[in-house]
Amino acid sequence: MRVGLFIPCYIDQFKPDVAIATLELLEKLGCEVEYPTDQTCCGQPLANAGQESNSEPTMRHFVSLFADCDHIVSPSGSCVLHVRERYGALGGGHMVEKVRTNTLELCEFLSDVMHIKELDSSFPHRVGLLTGCHGLRGLRLGGASELMEQGPDKVRQVLDLVDDLEIVETTRPDECCGFGGMFAVKEEAVSGSMGRDRLRDFVAHGAEYITGTDMSCLMHLEGIVRRDGLPLRVVHLAEILNGGAQ
Amino acid sequence: MSHPKQAAEFNADLERTQWHDETLWLVREKRDTAAGSVPGWEDLRERASQIKGNALSRLDDYLKEFEQKAVSNGIHVHWASDAAEHNGIVLQILKDRGAKHLVKSKSMLTEECQLNPYLHANGIEVIDTDLGERIVQIADEAPSHIVMPAIHMRKEEVGDLFHDHLGSDEGATDPDYLTEVARQSLRKSFLEADAALTGVNFAVAETGGFVVCTNEGNADLGVHLAPVHIASMGIEKIIPRADDLGVFLRLLARSATGQDLTVYTSHFHGPRPGAEMHLVLVDNGRSARLGQEEFRDALKCIRCGACMNTCPVYRRSGGHSYGWTVPGPLGSVLAPHVDMESFSSLPFASTLCGSCTDVCPVKIDLHGQLYAWRQKIVAAQKAADRPLAMRLMARVLARPLAFRISGWFARRMLRRGWTPAKNSMLSDWTSSRDLPSAPEQSFRSWYLKNRKVQ
Repeated sequence: MRVGLFIPCYIDQFKPDVAIATLELLEKLGCEVEYPTDQTCCGQPLANAGQESNSEPTMRHFVSLFADCDHIVSPSGSCVLHVRERYGALGGGHMVEKVRTNTLELCEFLSDVMHIKELDSSFPHRVGLLTGCHGLRGLRLGGASELMEQGPDKVRQVLDLVDDLEIVETTRPDECCGFGGMFAVKEEAVSGSMGRDRLRDFVAHGAEYITGTDMSCLMHLEGIVRRDGLPLRVVHLAEILNGGAQ
Repeated sequence: MSHPKQAAEFNADLERTQWHDETLWLVREKRDTAAGSVPGWEDLRERASQIKGNALSRLDDYLKEFEQKAVSNGIHVHWASDAAEHNGIVLQILKDRGAKHLVKSKSMLTEECQLNPYLHANGIEVIDTDLGERIVQIADEAPSHIVMPAIHMRKEEVGDLFHDHLGSDEGATDPDYLTEVARQSLRKSFLEADAALTGVNFAVAETGGFVVCTNEGNADLGVHLAPVHIASMGIEKIIPRADDLGVFLRLLARSATGQDLTVYTSHFHGPRPGAEMHLVLVDNGRSARLGQEEFRDALKCIRCGACMNTCPVYRRSGGHSYGWTVPGPLGSVLAPHVDMESFSSLPFASTLCGSCTDVCPVKIDLHGQLYAWRQKIVAAQKAADRPLAMRLMARVLARPLAFRISGWFARRMLRRGWTPAKNSMLSDWTSSRDLPSAPEQSFRSWYLKNRKVQ
């Protein structure tokens, strides 16, 4: 099985440890992982800012790099959703549709394709979970509180395989953290309030760590944690699953 | 009008922002409990969405059927292509009968048409009789929510307002007492009124009747006392059959406030003996929206306000920050139809978290429409007017080498502790949070050293 490793631009540049953890985890599970070294970005930052048409060369570049992979796996629900949902703008075609169908978020891949039942990982901490909104409501990685019928929670299923990890339940389990790409700068005031409210919820329920499916949301929260000196540490889910995070 | 600016002003009072957020979240929680008590809630949403889809796909037929039935029921039916025509029709009805005092129950359509100032300028007294609407009318403000118009005001502020205008005891804040003060003052208006205006929640094509949902009974009191009942409705309020009401009534109050049903669900099928009933069907841009496939579904809206209560941005910026009659996600997809340039910041006042779409009882893809508006708004801007950073980004992201050089440069700047220039994209990031610490090498560099077989 050829797995293409899709590393979002900001993870490549600012959080390489998350990418390394994802790669190592997939390798440990026996996947033949290939990282196309010419990858840049899926185009989401442009498209969400209203420049989808200007991002077409970026999208086509992405498709050409991953067209041969059986699965395309990424440690980001948001970027995966963008490929799956918005690459329709490229007007179809075999290659585009294949890439759209085969692009999966990490937890989705582990549960739907790998059907993993065990993991060699321990994380003896109280952890607050932030499933990114795009993963939650777009990819349906877990149950959204708005809906009265819920599918399986793939993120929790995978996290449950980690020894000694305790997921902290919060008052508003799927309230948006306020990142939202350009929103974080355009609507800085509301974004900050949303992030602070979310963090207060985690702290109030005794979380030591926060983790999640999207490093972008986590970087926004980490920036507030550092600014406000909150007693929380931030770690991407892939790092926990890989057993390497301390 | 800029949402970020207004929202920043709102957030300057953090304690108030949190109070506003908590207040609306409570309504969202009530909605969750109520929705959870209905078996098959998700099927019900799907059913409602399909019925509305059917109604919109044959809107012209249903409207004609409705008009014919309504007329045979004794209702005077009027057609208004826009707000001005609507207002003119209402004024003419009032003038023809020498009416000077109009009592009005809640109608977002008349807010949309700015009926109150128009009638006022033409010598008609208009009294809003819904408590929330009355509060904002006295305060000379616009509603900040379509279901709870005065949700932005605290009871202390209402107490002060009523003390100044209605003579309530100074410092009184007890909601029961303040409501009684409003009730006593409104009673006089109800008795004096020579016409009453209501909105319409649902109009049934097969019966020619319409339904008005309220919690305070003010619509009923108004129309049962006054000799003339005028009902204003947008043309999208049509549903095909009386049977369909069961679907929508089960969804509406639960989605809006978490009630099983509104306290009053009043069915009107014609005037009572000796009285007149008028119905004004208003287009005001709706048929144009019907022709725009990507935005058409917003016409399915039943005005429950659930998308506002659930929206994390609305809760933390308040209804007035949107600068239009309808705030929140719904307002942000409707307002650009009216004026895309003035309301260009609204579709960006969202993280696209999708909560509005999942909570919507008629399954409008609200965040999908926000995304679509963003594309339209930017496409209408001149390329040179777009932010330089975005124009550069479009070029850089399509070119691997340029991407790697930019990334290297950004990491290097961050590692040197550089502070972003004021009023730049990055200074907006750092006003709320710290920048990330940058690693020495990118993942790609690591991969080439550790994995790639040369």
